[in-house]
Amino acid sequence: MRFAPLGDSALVVKFGASIEAGALAAVGDLASALRAAALPGVTDVVPAYTTVTLFYDPAAWIAGETTPYAALLHAVAGVTKTWRMGWEQSKASSSKGRHREIPVCYGTEFGPDLVDVAAHARLTAAEVIARHSGAEYRVQAIGFAPGFPYLVGLPKELETPRRSSPRTEVPAGTVGIGGAQTGVYPMKSPGGWQLIGRTPMRLFDAARAEPAWLGVGDVVTFRAITREEFIAWK
Amino acid sequence: MEIKFERAGLLTTVQDLGRAGHRAAGVPSGGAMDAWALRVANLLVGNAESAAALEITLMGPELVFSEAGVIALTGGAFGEISSWRPIAVKAGERLKLGALTRGCRAYLAVAGGIAVERVLGSASTDLRGGFGGCGGRALRDGDVLGTYLAARTVTEHWWIDERILPDYSTAPTVRVVHGEHADEFEDAWGEAEFKVTPRSDRMGLRLDGPALARKVTTNLASTAVAPGTIQVPPDGQPIVLMADAQTIGGYPQLAHVVRVDLPLIAQLRPGDAVRFRVVDLSEAHRLIATQERVLGLLREGLAGKIRDR
Repeated sequence: MRFAPLGDSALVVKFGASIEAGALAAVGDLASALRAAALPGVTDVVPAYTTVTLFYDPAAWIAGETTPYAALLHAVAGVTKTWRMGWEQSKASSSKGRHREIPVCYGTEFGPDLVDVAAHARLTAAEVIARHSGAEYRVQAIGFAPGFPYLVGLPKELETPRRSSPRTEVPAGTVGIGGAQTGVYPMKSPGGWQLIGRTPMRLFDAARAEPAWLGVGDVVTFRAITREEFIAWK
Repeated sequence: MEIKFERAGLLTTVQDLGRAGHRAAGVPSGGAMDAWALRVANLLVGNAESAAALEITLMGPELVFSEAGVIALTGGAFGEISSWRPIAVKAGERLKLGALTRGCRAYLAVAGGIAVERVLGSASTDLRGGFGGCGGRALRDGDVLGTYLAARTVTEHWWIDERILPDYSTAPTVRVVHGEHADEFEDAWGEAEFKVTPRSDRMGLRLDGPALARKVTTNLASTAVAPGTIQVPPDGQPIVLMADAQTIGGYPQLAHVVRVDLPLIAQLRPGDAVRFRVVDLSEAHRLIATQERVLGLLREGLAGKIRDR
């Protein structure tokens, strides 16, 4: 593991190659451990791919001769070391991560590009649906927009380039494919992805205590639902 | 007290010092672009530093105050209208803030603080997410905002020592610390002058200057970025991420603007110039400690000059 400053108000913990195999689950787990440590002046802990970044207020770490960064680093290194020992030991029986199932109404007016994706993959639309919803994905990062998940695990045959002309408005809940990535637009936004369906679930709600429904390290699967089920969803 | 927006101005939003704890959910910290100016504006009217105020961009609003109160304007300047000191307003008084004559963003604090529903712990407006502040949007002609109750008066005539203000300029040299990928670029960027392009907003400032060529071509995995992070996309034109920037980025990180110089960036208009000077992390932290001491002294100096009636 390596540590580095990110500007004067953040610190990055970087996973090296040795953690690679379980890196996706580890990053989210370390972030939870660091949050639980409730280090003074630390306002945000952000996991993403192979890094965990802590945002801190240097004023909370001014003490004697030690610089704020060095003092925080010492505390973070301690928490990380303890976490790592626990992680190594429990690896064999470690849980795969929280599982989130996202209901999706594929195609119809919710997925106008499903036909294009199918044509590109030389599959039928039904086969695209089966393979997209049959795969298991992992959340590697949350960003781009509130609640937006970067998912890894899209079956290779479903990879489809982004649309040459992005749409100015993609409805909230839209499930899309962009290159080798698949994901869900939590809010209405412009977008260049291929739109294959829509979920009635709210992936982001500013009024919830936990506004983002997905987190780094989550295992995600998609489940096909009918148009009637979509409309009836509460 | 009620504030009626006869004219809303170009981009006027309710901001405080931003929201903490939700970057992991993809929610930017947001808040005032020039946080220092907002903090001082609040101190000048007897508010907590983090009270909600108005961030005004380039063209200001025309306001009518329903009751007597105390306000303060900081940040950019509006010609002859007093900045950096409290102003007593009368009931029914109309304040016409035209174009900013200096700087890009001004802050208007009102005694008591602007009263809006807090979302995710803050009164700040997340324009992209459509929440917070005044319904998640900029103020519109005809809007009315309320303030929390506070009947205050200002005693004596006095003013802030200009020496404590940030070194605002239309061509500042902004201090930065090295970013992770700084050595993937030729050092020349430290001597270069960049111009602020019109494609700049609360998410970030896009700069125009000598194209910064990357010496390597490795793909980078996306990682967290911070307000002040200077990213270099493939076209070599740096972007300085600011308050509403996305929380994750995959472009090389050249450097990070030090916290105390973010106000300098916040006051740049399209067409202004900027240069960067590298400092080490200890220096950046010393600057923060000094700034906090100065604000502490200001707080003490103001005690007794603004009294509850």
